[in-house]
Amino acid sequence: MTTTLTRAEQAWQLLEGLSDPEIPVITLRELGILREVREGAQGLEVVITPTYSGCPAMGQIEDDVRSTLAAAGLQAKVVTQLAPAWTTDWMTEAAREKLRAYGIAPPHACASEKTGSANVVQFAARSAKTEAVHCPQCGSSNTTETSHFGSTACKALYRCLDCMEPFDYFKPY
Amino acid sequence: MQAPVDYLLHLADNALVLGQRNAEWCGHGPILEEDIALSNNSLDLIGQARLLYQHAATLMGQGATEDTLAYFRDVPDFKNYTLCELPHLPLMSATACGDRDFATTIVRNFLYSSLMVLVWDRLQLSKDEQLAAIAAKSLKEVRYHLRHSRDWLVRLGDGTDESHQRAQAALDALMPYTSEFWVASAQEAAAQANGCGLDMAELRADWNTIVDAALQEATLQRPADSAFVPTGKQGVHSEHLGFVLAEMQSLARQHPGATW
Repeated sequence: MTTTLTRAEQAWQLLEGLSDPEIPVITLRELGILREVREGAQGLEVVITPTYSGCPAMGQIEDDVRSTLAAAGLQAKVVTQLAPAWTTDWMTEAAREKLRAYGIAPPHACASEKTGSANVVQFAARSAKTEAVHCPQCGSSNTTETSHFGSTACKALYRCLDCMEPFDYFKPY
Repeated sequence: MQAPVDYLLHLADNALVLGQRNAEWCGHGPILEEDIALSNNSLDLIGQARLLYQHAATLMGQGATEDTLAYFRDVPDFKNYTLCELPHLPLMSATACGDRDFATTIVRNFLYSSLMVLVWDRLQLSKDEQLAAIAAKSLKEVRYHLRHSRDWLVRLGDGTDESHQRAQAALDALMPYTSEFWVASAQEAAAQANGCGLDMAELRADWNTIVDAALQEATLQRPADSAFVPTGKQGVHSEHLGFVLAEMQSLARQHPGATW
């Protein structure tokens, strides 16, 4: 028996293989950038959401989506949707494991970060404190932050005080 | 509901002009990590500006784009706080010149980020859905900007005699420019009236809490409030904005519509 895939399902299958231009070990879907593929009024629509507002990879991601689909004969419109705002909490467990294996410490959860000015004031007051980040090389929690901003806006630079290796930490967003 | 275009431009211009200013450190940071940190800070700010300009351009129609708004408006059209356009220098007069002062950069980023964590938090409730969506993203980013600048403020203020003196001088020079935050401009009043903006005066107590706690930790003295109120958000700027725009806009104006 053969099953016929809808165009949207076919597009999902194709896009499943697309990886992030900056961190090629994880896919756009695992990262939570690829949100939806749907049939719109004017044909296929692929919904993506930016990570950081200024992420320079977004243009590349849009091009990758379009060219991957075009290669299979599918024309699609790429729609950028801001809400709900992308969060690192959407990253799958498999993606976190891949990041760790790649040498990037995966992000802590940030779902508990509340909004409201009282929380903003509180956040500012305790800003110097940071949660322990485990070294992706040796697993030690004896690490220190070298810089708030690493090789990209989404990462901070850390150093392990046990194995002495520097590493990137994917910041909660 | 849609926010008044001028209000969106005010928010966008703040982000773009400060993003452009902080980008002046690119390749000149005091240490490699700070070079990268300030560039990433600029990337976030310019990203926020782009989202806001895109939204404003959609509402304006008539061929407006993020590029026409960023590159083809002149000084009186810009609605950013005067604070954002000042050079990375302690105040000087006439033809005096100096190098970039890291303390000035840090103090400005701290004063602005302390405000914007509160502004973006409130604007998540804006009746303009697109503005609320941009606010939710920007809040996540400005939290890291505040963390970064606050840590450095404490390090410089509670550091050596030289770093303390420079941080104090930067604070003395920049604090008067924050008085502009609290006086509503026409576009802020319009945004507040239609439920897309907020009452800035309501944020003042929280902003003071954030600032005073950090200054105390940094062993810095808050200068007394002065009567000076800058007028950047009304389009009446300091002499510095023209130079910022000249550098930022010259390429786009020499080659209008160029792509690569």
